[in-house]
Amino acid sequence: MEILLAIIIGVLYAAGIYMILRRSLVKLIIGIILLGNGANLLIFLLGRITEGAPPIIPEDSEVFLEAYADPVPQALILTAIVISFGLQSFAIILVKRAHKVVKTDDLDEMNATDEDS
Amino acid sequence: MTQQLILYPLLLQMLLAIILMFFWRKINAQRIISMFGSLAHLAVSITVFAFIWNNGTQTVQAGSWEAPFGITFIADTFSATMVLLTSIAGLAVSIFSSGSVIGDRLRFGYFPIFHFLLLGLTGAFLTGDIFNLYVWFEIIIISSFVLITIGGEKAQLEGAVKYFTLNFLASMIFLTAIAVLYGLTGSLNMADLANKVAAVENRALVEITAILFLIGFGIKSAIFPLYFWLPASYHTPPSAVSAIFGGLLTKVGVYALVRVFTLIFVDDVFLDQILLVLAIFTLFSGALGALVQNNIKKVFSYLIICHIGYMIIGLGMFTEVAIAGTIFYLVHDIIVKTNLFMISGLIYRIKGSNSMRALGGFYANYPKLSLLMFIPLFSLVGIPPLSGFWPKISLITASFESGSYWSLAAIIFASFITLVVIAKLWAEVFWKDATEIPVRPKFRYFHAIKNIKRVQIIVPIVFLSLVSLYIGFGAEHIQTLSARIASELMDNQQYIDAVLNTQTPE
Repeated sequence: MEILLAIIIGVLYAAGIYMILRRSLVKLIIGIILLGNGANLLIFLLGRITEGAPPIIPEDSEVFLEAYADPVPQALILTAIVISFGLQSFAIILVKRAHKVVKTDDLDEMNATDEDS
Repeated sequence: MTQQLILYPLLLQMLLAIILMFFWRKINAQRIISMFGSLAHLAVSITVFAFIWNNGTQTVQAGSWEAPFGITFIADTFSATMVLLTSIAGLAVSIFSSGSVIGDRLRFGYFPIFHFLLLGLTGAFLTGDIFNLYVWFEIIIISSFVLITIGGEKAQLEGAVKYFTLNFLASMIFLTAIAVLYGLTGSLNMADLANKVAAVENRALVEITAILFLIGFGIKSAIFPLYFWLPASYHTPPSAVSAIFGGLLTKVGVYALVRVFTLIFVDDVFLDQILLVLAIFTLFSGALGALVQNNIKKVFSYLIICHIGYMIIGLGMFTEVAIAGTIFYLVHDIIVKTNLFMISGLIYRIKGSNSMRALGGFYANYPKLSLLMFIPLFSLVGIPPLSGFWPKISLITASFESGSYWSLAAIIFASFITLVVIAKLWAEVFWKDATEIPVRPKFRYFHAIKNIKRVQIIVPIVFLSLVSLYIGFGAEHIQTLSARIASELMDNQQYIDAVLNTQTPE
């Protein structure tokens, strides 16, 4: 399982970076989405995948009796997913507006801000 | 009462942003609330700063979950100083925005987002939890995305695409670093991490994590090979937005670098070498970039990059004197850079252009304003006794002591080029004969706007210039402050104890 996840994460990161480096604006968004998912899976993997009960101490005892799943990475991923969802929706609107105003979807042609003015 | 004192700046900003959202279309009400709210924020920040100065580091455990299990908020002298600087710059830009940002932008939620940005900054300075730091960074960048695109001009959107992509990438690298760090140590609390990272056996992985943090924060603070988004985007939004970006956004990256590399990844010669090399290149490339630009705002953008180098070089040398120099430079740079972008806004309002070639005759036509602009421009260069001079003494002393003569050369070279750039700007904009600039029919020129707005544009520039003068002439106070911060940063045990030994109030 770990090996499989590690490979998937590697592919997601590589594909994400590759897509960001392409010239098309739409591929830029796809790259951002892939990269975000890769990072979330990485937190999941590095939080150790253990089969276990929820981390709740039973009423009649003082300590954990059996193996429990670490809740922290799940909380982190939840936060990170919400944040990257917000960023991705912003990116889509931004790209749509930029395409409408600049009238190109080629990043190489978006160089007006680098020129001397 | 005093237990939660350090959270008040945070809560006040949040309250302001929420109240402002209820006045969505009433822009005059928003202007007034924002100004008075920022004034209140300054008062609260001063209270917090005075309290920390007298009583030492304070911590608050959110929900009384003891560290390292809960989220910690901590204010040492460094954090309190940064919060104070945020509120000074925030107040100035809030007043400046009321006068200079046009109503069409204000109607689309400029002020609420502006205060969310300040909320994010205050939070980032106060948090003691690395994942919480990530969340504050996200609040900062989401607000800054809105501020940079608000208005929707062509240049703004082009700049925003670049700004968005690079900042998103930086956040993802930062998140990756947090994930690896959590995998290594099983902790997120920065004080706890400081203990646990030192005990990790796999040093190579720790090194890689440190590099990931360096890249993530490096993109945000625009250090050498990672700065290209900055000059492509910072000149596109209105000057008020550029002012808060230039003053504080890159500095929060520097803050995070200083915090992480003095607390979590210490005693790492390899990293210090990397920081030094990057800083030297940053100084050179920023200075040379500024030399060839024609747009005033772009000149200032490159100067931001150049002067980030000074702060990183102090961190790279990693002696107490050098860190003190870094902190002093940070204090000076936040005030001056905010002021410079507001000045570029004022020049734009008066003449309708920011091109050095087109401008001219400022000194002959507006002698008083020119004298006012003289202060921040030459504070930046560091003509003694103005503020930029003093931190360079510390940095130069430190590079002599640590024998890194390349850094010494880079510091002197960069400050010389800054002088050339500012002298060129002064000659072109202020001393050259006035040129004919075609009048723009729909543009609201400075002499045509209402008196109150003119006051709102001038007052913050005067205010920040006075602060700059204070930093220059009261250098002893700031030096004492930065020496104290440096000694706190070098001895990270103090920070760790403050977080981990806190007794929760009964």
